[in-house]
Amino acid sequence: MATVIVHKAGLLTTVQDRGRYGYQRYGMPVSGAMDVFSLELANLLVGNDSGDACLEATISGPDLEFTCATWVAITGADMEPHLNDRGIPMNTAVDARPGDTLGFRGLRSGCRAYIAFAGGIAVQSVMGSRSTYLRAGIGGFQGRALMPGDELPLGEPLGKPRLKKIPEGLIAEYKHEQTIRVISGPEAHYFEIAGLRSFLSTEYTVTVQSDRMGYRLSGEPIRHKEGMTNIISAGTSLGTVQVPGDGQPISLMADRQTSGGYARIANVITADLTLLAQMRPGDKIHLKETTLDIAKQICISRQQALLDCN
Amino acid sequence: MTEVTLKYIPSGDSAFIIKAGDVISEEVNLVVRKLLARLEEENIPGVIDFIPSYNELMVCYDPAKIGYRRLLETLRACAADPAAILLPAPQVVHVPVLYGGEAGPDLNHVAEHNRLAAPDVITIHTSADCLVYMLGFTPGFCYLGGMDKRIATPRQETPRLKIPAGSVGIAAEQTGIYPMESPGGWQLIGRTPLRLFNPDSNPEFLFSAGDYIRFYSVDKDEYERIAAAVAEGTYQVIRTPKE
Repeated sequence: MATVIVHKAGLLTTVQDRGRYGYQRYGMPVSGAMDVFSLELANLLVGNDSGDACLEATISGPDLEFTCATWVAITGADMEPHLNDRGIPMNTAVDARPGDTLGFRGLRSGCRAYIAFAGGIAVQSVMGSRSTYLRAGIGGFQGRALMPGDELPLGEPLGKPRLKKIPEGLIAEYKHEQTIRVISGPEAHYFEIAGLRSFLSTEYTVTVQSDRMGYRLSGEPIRHKEGMTNIISAGTSLGTVQVPGDGQPISLMADRQTSGGYARIANVITADLTLLAQMRPGDKIHLKETTLDIAKQICISRQQALLDCN
Repeated sequence: MTEVTLKYIPSGDSAFIIKAGDVISEEVNLVVRKLLARLEEENIPGVIDFIPSYNELMVCYDPAKIGYRRLLETLRACAADPAAILLPAPQVVHVPVLYGGEAGPDLNHVAEHNRLAAPDVITIHTSADCLVYMLGFTPGFCYLGGMDKRIATPRQETPRLKIPAGSVGIAAEQTGIYPMESPGGWQLIGRTPLRLFNPDSNPEFLFSAGDYIRFYSVDKDEYERIAAAVAEGTYQVIRTPKE
């Protein structure tokens, strides 16, 4: 069987696909890639379906060995990938031979790298997805982050990849300071005008408490109107920004709880979630309001660019 | 049913909220569940998930597959007359609980707090049917209504670090069951041998929004017998129509 052997795991490396939909009504988080766009690009490069399972490496990458000939592609954060001690380019399909080793030397940009193999990672699908949900120990490779000695099964490749390299224009630039666009949320009226103003004018810092569940930002506190901190527990969506009583916003990410009780001030647009997911503790964020129409336009043009390059 | 005015609110560019009211009530929650049933039946292309809660239905969609204007139009058309949507009769799920002792270390505290004897707490806890308003917080956790206020007890001041799966607890005027081992501050009065969430079984979750839970007291032997049957996958959960 075609496999990849894990020699070193990296800080937090998990199997992820687009996520586990259909069970949020039971309180089951979606999980899936934090930066879905990079996951899709990586899959396209090796000839997979765009939602196949890849590895998501966080901050530091794994050391892997191939037991078979395959294609491999790395997108997202640049962790200085090396094949047998030779540097290989990002966003490019690379040939791997049996016995070849893939390693990472550092972190040049971003936070999360996506490693796709031709055929995808063929771990058992749990409730319709191969994504790892760490808190419940479900999906992915035995429900957990990779460890040395793990051997990942690869699926049957669909065919030779047609796309060798991602067009320059589609590759995001990961900076330590980003403008992230948001749409006004269902409880924006729970906040003082001054609070809303500080939300859109403060420079926020990504805190070390940020993880796959949520990005916790710190900056000038956002003031709620008197007694309007909590709501009747209600659904959350990807990128929902909730503000607890301390006034420090949290943007909910892939492993978010399906429901929450804090006022939802805004929502990060889909296109910018991929940038946010690549930010690290200490990075700076400016939030900017946009509209549903603009968000839709960005989404459609990016989807078109993906189709064009395939 | 009184006339309901639904509100449609975007939650970013990948979800719409249909809000059925501003209060926790069985009536508002019923509208939410009716809308869910109706929209599921519609099978709208591009809609990928639903999150029903107390007073809202969140409709999750893929913005690359369906535009929000067209989605909103479809939602409005489907939700035009919630009263005309008929749901199947609700079910009562019977939940065995071993009360007190190691399984329910706070039973006596709940009794003392409410100036009751421990058996009275059990009698009161097993006498009401609790509506599952929604699930959330952790996979399989039910937000329940209907607990008798006579056994209401504030949360523990210091949460426990590890609470076993199946623990039945009280927090203020709410009762609930821990689906997975987790930390928590509820007053634990007992434990059920049932599994609320099992990714390998079909269905994966024991409860759905709209079910009612009726607790009943079992002794240690009965608890062990049910736990063994659950582990073997042979246990038949008792469900009866809500009268």
